[in-house]
Amino acid sequence: MMEKLNPTARRDLFGSKINRDHSPAFVYGVPWLSIVLASLVPMLPVLAPAPVVPPLSFMFLLGWRLLRPGLLPLWAGFPLGLIDDLLSGQPLGSSVLLFSLTLIALDLFELRFPWRGFWQDWIVASVLITLFLLFSAMLSGAKLDLLHFWLLAPQLLLSVLLFPIIVGAVTVLDRLRLLRVRRID
Amino acid sequence: MAPPAAQRSGTNRRAQFGVFAGYLLASAGAALGALLLVVSLLRPEAFAGLRTMASDVTSSVGEAGAAGRVGTSNFFDAIAGYYEAGSKNAQMQEEIAIARVKLAEARALEQENEQLKAVLGLAQDEREPVAIARLIGSTSVSTRRFAYLSAGRDDGVKVGMPVTSPMGLVGRVLEVGRTSSRVLLLTDSESIVPVRRATDNVVAFAEGRADGSLRLRLISLGVNPLEIGDVFVTSGSGGMFRPGVAVAMVTQLNDDGAIARLLSNPAATDVVIVEPVWQPEALKMLESPPAGPTAQSIEEVAAELPEPPAVSRPAPTSTDARTVASSPGE
Repeated sequence: MMEKLNPTARRDLFGSKINRDHSPAFVYGVPWLSIVLASLVPMLPVLAPAPVVPPLSFMFLLGWRLLRPGLLPLWAGFPLGLIDDLLSGQPLGSSVLLFSLTLIALDLFELRFPWRGFWQDWIVASVLITLFLLFSAMLSGAKLDLLHFWLLAPQLLLSVLLFPIIVGAVTVLDRLRLLRVRRID
Repeated sequence: MAPPAAQRSGTNRRAQFGVFAGYLLASAGAALGALLLVVSLLRPEAFAGLRTMASDVTSSVGEAGAAGRVGTSNFFDAIAGYYEAGSKNAQMQEEIAIARVKLAEARALEQENEQLKAVLGLAQDEREPVAIARLIGSTSVSTRRFAYLSAGRDDGVKVGMPVTSPMGLVGRVLEVGRTSSRVLLLTDSESIVPVRRATDNVVAFAEGRADGSLRLRLISLGVNPLEIGDVFVTSGSGGMFRPGVAVAMVTQLNDDGAIARLLSNPAATDVVIVEPVWQPEALKMLESPPAGPTAQSIEEVAAELPEPPAVSRPAPTSTDARTVASSPGE
């Protein structure tokens, strides 16, 4: 009877509303887990002759931060950056520094522009990804010449174009995060 | 999307304190990161233990994918192939023509080598490989070029060991974990390998370039004797790499050397061989700091010297010293 009156009364996008609730492990764990998994990209079976793969862990961090402000604490840059540094081949500390600074910068940016749209988010993410790749290259400890910066261009372009897809993946994960899986007794 | 109301502290003291603490912690994290960065830039081996632990934990995941890697690299190659099929075809035909000549030369050399070795009574230098392993993955995001290897301390791998494939040299082991290790690929900008031309003794250093090629810097200056298609092999100087392992082929000439293409592309190699260091004693000598003699070494040398004669000789005059100094040159 109720279903006929209101189809979302018993179920919605996140599952049954009766006797079920969100699971804290999912609500807080999924963002962290997805960023850590994205840090494992160097273990993918791709042996690249030049930097080509987008910095996925950084892009997931941006995606979560822009989509769900306040979900990741401001200090999350330290542990997430540390995990990223262990495998990325960068000297330990470069991602710790850049992730932390990114989260602070985004928080300050949000104070100035609390209401944003898709394009604004994309532009902000593109600027931050560009800075991240440039500073990562400069802090990598490699002997840099002009060729290095030319080689960053394809990686940068791919990263910027991939960002909306990453945001799409984050929204799918966000739905998973809020599934009502916990039984209330 | 607007921040949730909890983000805005307003006049709530507690919330204000929370925001402040958040900024404080984040700044502390950034400062700690900067500190770690300075330490690891000054001493790159500083956090090797942490890194190898992480690669040990995750390598089992990577190993599952490594078996299918040849297929994956073909997938990338297939896309790239459409764009450069024509030029690649011409280039390959040219290379085949060169390779045929080289093959004939190599056969002649092999024969000559056998004869000379038979004359000298030398045994073939057959070294047992330390381990046979797969390249699991590489640092495909970073500007540095490292690869992860599916063999570690348990398999006998040690720091500095050369990693080769049947096509040629791949790199050398940089950090060793229990079941995995990190390899510095030849194309990393910090990698330098002493090489010589396969046909004669033109020696050079092969430095990694960012785009996956090598830069050959000739040691002797003068007219550049290199030609496109020249193959370079390891020269064995430095004591790390066994001489005669193929490294690169010249594709482009420049002022002080050439740009060369790597012969053993890591992306196309499935299984690699970890070889023992060629001359560990020589390497150890090179790695020891070039400081002056220590008190201990002076004593050691003194102990080995024959007893000085009992009669004290006058100190050599300056003319004596000069003749002694110039005599080896004559």
